[in-house]
Amino acid sequence: MELTVTGLSVARSGIPVLEGIDFSLQSGEALILRGPNGVGKTTVLRTVAGLQPPLAGKVGLEREAMAYAGHADGIKSTLTVRENLEFWADVFGTGSIDPALGAFDLAALSDRAAGGLSAGQKRRLGLARMVVTGRPVWVLDEPTVSLDTTAVGLFAQAVRGHLAAGGMALMATHIDLGLTEAHVLDMAPFRAKAPAHDDFDGSFL
Amino acid sequence: MKALLLRDIRLAVRAGGGFGLGLAFFLIVVVLVPFGVGPDSGLLARIAPGILWLGALLSCLLSLDRIFALDWEDGSLDLLATAPLPMEALVSIKSLAHWLTTGVPLVLASPLFALLLSLPSQGYAPLLMSLALGTPALSVIGTFGAALTVGLKRGGLLLSLLVLPLYVPTLIFGAEVARRGAMGLDFTVPLAMLAGITFGAIALLPFASAAVLRVNLR
Amino acid sequence: MASFWEYANPKKFIQTTDKLLPWLSVLAALTLVVGLIWGFFFTPDDFRQGSTVKIIYLHVPSALMAINAWLMMLVASLVWIVRRHHVSALAARAAAPVGAVMTVIALATGAIWGQPMWGTWWAWDPRLTSFLILFLFYLGYMALWAAIENDDTAADLTAVLCLVGSVFALLSRYAVNFWNQGLHQGASLSLDKEKNVADVFYFPLLFCIAGFVLLFIALVFLRTQTEIRARRMRALLARERLG
Repeated sequence: MELTVTGLSVARSGIPVLEGIDFSLQSGEALILRGPNGVGKTTVLRTVAGLQPPLAGKVGLEREAMAYAGHADGIKSTLTVRENLEFWADVFGTGSIDPALGAFDLAALSDRAAGGLSAGQKRRLGLARMVVTGRPVWVLDEPTVSLDTTAVGLFAQAVRGHLAAGGMALMATHIDLGLTEAHVLDMAPFRAKAPAHDDFDGSFL
Repeated sequence: MKALLLRDIRLAVRAGGGFGLGLAFFLIVVVLVPFGVGPDSGLLARIAPGILWLGALLSCLLSLDRIFALDWEDGSLDLLATAPLPMEALVSIKSLAHWLTTGVPLVLASPLFALLLSLPSQGYAPLLMSLALGTPALSVIGTFGAALTVGLKRGGLLLSLLVLPLYVPTLIFGAEVARRGAMGLDFTVPLAMLAGITFGAIALLPFASAAVLRVNLR
Repeated sequence: MASFWEYANPKKFIQTTDKLLPWLSVLAALTLVVGLIWGFFFTPDDFRQGSTVKIIYLHVPSALMAINAWLMMLVASLVWIVRRHHVSALAARAAAPVGAVMTVIALATGAIWGQPMWGTWWAWDPRLTSFLILFLFYLGYMALWAAIENDDTAADLTAVLCLVGSVFALLSRYAVNFWNQGLHQGASLSLDKEKNVADVFYFPLLFCIAGFVLLFIALVFLRTQTEIRARRMRALLARERLG
């Protein structure tokens, strides 16, 4: 399996931010997007995950291959950790949630209401959802926010396990995860230039 | 799909889910009306079908913004959009969950509230029938409104403004069934019209809701 | 032969309408002045309604335009959904306040007419009620446009609202008819000669209707130009940020 992105241009609220992005990712590879705040990393990830249509270009895989984790974890505070994960397991039609609980050291918390978790624990729960989806491509937006060093280690280990099983990971992060084998792509060179003035529907960007 | 339905119901029933708020609001409307129009039971009996329908409609409206807003805030909606579930199915399930947690309790409680407004005894069956048939339309139309306003902060008032005119046909035919029923008249025509609106809305509106939800998510 | 869709180019649209607008405005003013003066001063009083009948020259055209403006918005929304021409979406946006004002004029003149005729300013008559509902639809449509920051998102959402709203407006019209039979007289104009108003009232009325149509077109052109320019201004600001 291979994820090929060709000539991808993306827009944020109607304004082009990045254009002409090309990369490809083989099974077992990870790619880290780098770039200053506001350059459009989130927009690229959302486009690859199929949440918004690209302005131009193509994402080589269907969105059925993607599992997306954004800034918000989609955790329901009145459900327990187990119920939260089981819900996603049911939605994605995958079986047991125990490997996910184990990978992020959540087993001891599994019967606690998710509302009572700390920020880092919530984040771990959000990331555990990626394991539960059973999808080959993980699209992760700043996955390590509010994680402590131990938890970052757990996360890196989970990503490695996913890659070893033939998965792929695409993420935007500023922290060094110790994933030395991951490729890095700097977003800055792809910054969009203003389009020509006289296209047909033009002058509206 | 079953998982989503169960989750939504579970969320509504658990603490902070707002389950029962609609019923309480319904009760308040029914209690306040006699204070407004006077305690004359003849007058109350005459306006009872309309008041009950209006109360049901308003309590339904009250809970609409919860359909998507909570899932939008905590990011679940994005995640659900990437799940192996067509958007049309997602909005249909959301409507169904809303109906089960809001519409059904309203229908079941309506005879009790009708008692407070001295509805004539022949009016109970048509009232129940019209509410049972009409509230699904309220949920489905409301889901469309909620999908339109999902990205907006403080979209609640706008939601009411958008949804209320859409509720007019349902309200007219629903209240007409209840009114004619209470007066012992034949109510098959408005009942058929109400059924037509409900089934039409269930069949077609999820496509519109899914379309606007997609627009709002991008 | 140039394609009709060329006018969906904002530049071409502004160029063309710039040329048309003076003519349209003058023509609209002329027809309205002729129609209204003819109608107000040179037609006989009705034998039952007296001089109050003359409000027909404002009431009927504005009521017609209130509905036709919504139809125009529906067509423009469909064009936006299918062909994604920005001008189309902006034209729909531009027509909404005009249509809303037409609805208000129709309601207000109707109330003023109804007071001496039916002895009441307002009755829950099917026609009156459906116009009130139509006004609510206009309000919701404009409020949704105003509430959303991103122009394309707003265009998409309001277009779908316009489609769904049209269906429900029709349903409401039928429902309201069913609900109350009403006082309002039948249509003032129809293709069936027998049912028409008398000729003396008929011709000035045609003038007034033509005047309202021209006025509507001129206003929509003007407002669409404004919307296009506002949109272009926002785009230029964004372009500056892009560098």
